[in-house]
Amino acid sequence: MTALARPQPRILPGFSLSMGITLLFLCLIVLLPLSGLLWQLGQLGPGDYLRVMSSERVLAALRVTITAAAAATAINGVFGLILAWVLTRYRFPGRGLMDALVDLPFALPTAVAGIALVALYDRSGWVGQLLEPLGIQIAYTWWGIVIAMAFTSIPFAVRAIQPAIEELDRDEEQAALTLGATGRQMFFRVLLRPLLPSILTGIGLSFVRSLGEFGAVIFIAGNMPYETEIASLLILIRLDEFDYPAAAAVAGTLLALSLVLLVAINVMQNRLQSYLRSEG
Amino acid sequence: MAKPILIALALMFLAAMVLLPVVAIFDRAFAEGAGAYLAAIRDPETLAAIRLTIIAAMIVVPVNIVFGVAAAWLVARYRFWGRRALLILIELPFAMSPIVAGLCFLLIYGAYGPVGAALEPYGIQLMFNLIGIVLVSLFVTCPFVMREILPVLQVTGEAEEKAALTLGANGWQMFRHVVLPNISWGLAYGTVLTMARAMGEFGAVSVVSGAIRGRTMTLPLQIELLYNDYNATGAFAAATVLTLLALVTLVLRSVLNRFGPNREAHA
Amino acid sequence: MSFEALDIHKSFGDTPILKGVSLSVAPGEFVALLGPSGSGKTTLLNIIAGLAHADRGRLVLDGRDITRLPAGKRRFGMVFQSYALFRHMTVAQNVAFGLKVMEGARRPPRERIAARVGELLEMVELPDLADRYPAQLSGGQRQRVAMARALAIDPQLLLMDEPFSALDAQVRQSLRGEVRALQKQAGVGAIMVTHDRAEAWALADRIAVMDHGRIVQFDTPDALRDDPATESVRSLVEGVA
Ligand SMILES: Nc1ncnc2c1ncn2[C@@H]1O[C@H](COP(=O)(O)OP(=O)(O)OP(=O)(O)O)[C@@H](O)[C@H]1O
Ligand SMILES: [Mg+2]
Repeated sequence: MTALARPQPRILPGFSLSMGITLLFLCLIVLLPLSGLLWQLGQLGPGDYLRVMSSERVLAALRVTITAAAAATAINGVFGLILAWVLTRYRFPGRGLMDALVDLPFALPTAVAGIALVALYDRSGWVGQLLEPLGIQIAYTWWGIVIAMAFTSIPFAVRAIQPAIEELDRDEEQAALTLGATGRQMFFRVLLRPLLPSILTGIGLSFVRSLGEFGAVIFIAGNMPYETEIASLLILIRLDEFDYPAAAAVAGTLLALSLVLLVAINVMQNRLQSYLRSEG
Repeated sequence: MAKPILIALALMFLAAMVLLPVVAIFDRAFAEGAGAYLAAIRDPETLAAIRLTIIAAMIVVPVNIVFGVAAAWLVARYRFWGRRALLILIELPFAMSPIVAGLCFLLIYGAYGPVGAALEPYGIQLMFNLIGIVLVSLFVTCPFVMREILPVLQVTGEAEEKAALTLGANGWQMFRHVVLPNISWGLAYGTVLTMARAMGEFGAVSVVSGAIRGRTMTLPLQIELLYNDYNATGAFAAATVLTLLALVTLVLRSVLNRFGPNREAHA
Repeated sequence: MSFEALDIHKSFGDTPILKGVSLSVAPGEFVALLGPSGSGKTTLLNIIAGLAHADRGRLVLDGRDITRLPAGKRRFGMVFQSYALFRHMTVAQNVAFGLKVMEGARRPPRERIAARVGELLEMVELPDLADRYPAQLSGGQRQRVAMARALAIDPQLLLMDEPFSALDAQVRQSLRGEVRALQKQAGVGAIMVTHDRAEAWALADRIAVMDHGRIVQFDTPDALRDDPATESVRSLVEGVA
């Protein structure tokens, strides 16, 4: 805490230089743009803000975004846990490839992911062809948005859960088994509880990521106002109409939502961890 | 018992969700044959987009390296007021919607924003050109280098650096001969990640690029343009370029995981 | 070179760690800093090396005040507790480092550096391991490399923080004599931190006994035995001499 104004120079050289570079970069690239958004929101005033936000189209876009993100997160919660478990606990041929595949959605540019998903799920795509006779359509519907969001956020779920599984106490599992716990009891008591903080973190991160996803979604979404139009796209549309205040209002809301969630994840993680520890 | 079922489930999920879409890209790119594919790649607009994307990345990557190394050094080696806030600020761009990010830049650096308006009389325009693309790319790649180096610095500790100091090294010599070799693997991977992300960013760039055909179209924007023009081969051919970049990133990651020193630090 | 530390104070937060420590090293003298764990030995050594700042007190080298001189300008050779060898440099590069980073005019030409490194490795009896990396060395070999590296800069004072603590008893015994011989040969004053009273007795011209951030007695081994200043020094001495 005895920070910047200490009379004696620090032992390791480079404090002023690295502080200067870091602050300069953060000011120009992060802080100033963020303040740009705040500035625009400030000019808007609460009345205008509420008027923008209460429009049918904005509400519909937020509803579509949030429900789809929730559905994608549910999928990733289940499969993220399975993937993390399989990758940490089992050794089998092809495991390395599987591990790399998990990161692919992170490495793949979102626009590429977007057109790839359409190519797969539209009427002529490999999966779309199969589903069409059954009367199921994914591309250009709400489900398409869910698939795209699930795709881009898989790595976040898996990588958040993995370290916790690595740390799990195997002895405890063995003890539970020898004490006659059934597989299901063991799963819920011995496994799920200590994993809970990181599972919640994983799905939280995956939800935040889904809320903001754009490139992967817009190609497959259909983008019909009120039905398959996500919040990010609506911001872009308002921008193209030079309606900066409306764009800023929706953007501010989306940003606030993400930030609240991130802080909540952080706080919850700390709380749960200390709670679990105190339970011993 | 559970093991084969779980492995099968995991495999099926990954194959359907991740592998299949990537295969589909190549399938569509080559749907009209290899000749059409090559012609699509050699399209002048696509080549211009590739060129612009590379130029932007060549500016973004070195700047991000300087920032990432400086920030990691600062956070790993010093305690100061506001250190935690700094860390959160660096991670923030990662959690933001790219569209919101692009909008933020437009609102401050655009013609109607305070900074943009102040610079306009001097004929300086920051948005809808290469500068704008570089700025938002710096934003979206902000934590990548720093995040790879920080844990390495924390694990290696200060002892070698202090030893170098007692032996008479100055700050630059200590950095060059002791710090840099220790962080080189993390730096390499962070650089690759930054490059891949800078070349692949779509949402934020689409807000600030202005999308002038053949002039301010990066490769991802060009893919969208071709796709909306119903030029499927063109769009997917361009997409294969970025897909290969992503695959190279992944290969490098596993190489570094296997052979790089100190990777256990990342657990 | 004579060295003096005068009335050094140091606190971490509100906890005083050094409460007015004074110490002197005559030219060529070997001083042992002996004391229980947590008594502040490493802290004091770091302050002397320039790797930490004292809150109060002065450091004097040959009459010159060096309190605020940066570590790199002091030319004190330091052997760290964990050796802190450069892991990505070979043994030879480790030893050469201090010569290579010297400023323009003072830096010896390349051949001279190579010759000096060869000499030093000869001296610590490791001439064959010049191209190995630290990870490929045993504990005792690492200790010798650290020693050679510290001596390479022709130090004005040699500082050693528990140089043998990572070694087993046998290696420790044999290295002790060597270190003392090397120090004599280099003609340099030395301060060695240690837990081990036998080690202090075997090596030191004078021993500074530290406890709770103070030096309770600073004298020759014989004087400590004949005239212990406190009960704690008396119990320390018993059974050694
Ligand atoms: N950076 C620090 N911050 C806070 N307290 C510290 C710090 N470094 C050392 N201390 C405290 O100062 C005291 C003296 O530490 P020091 O390392 O000098 O002891 P020592 O005599 O070298 O012990 P040992 O023989 O175990 O190495 C200890 O109580 C330690 O906890
Ligand atoms: Mg110590």
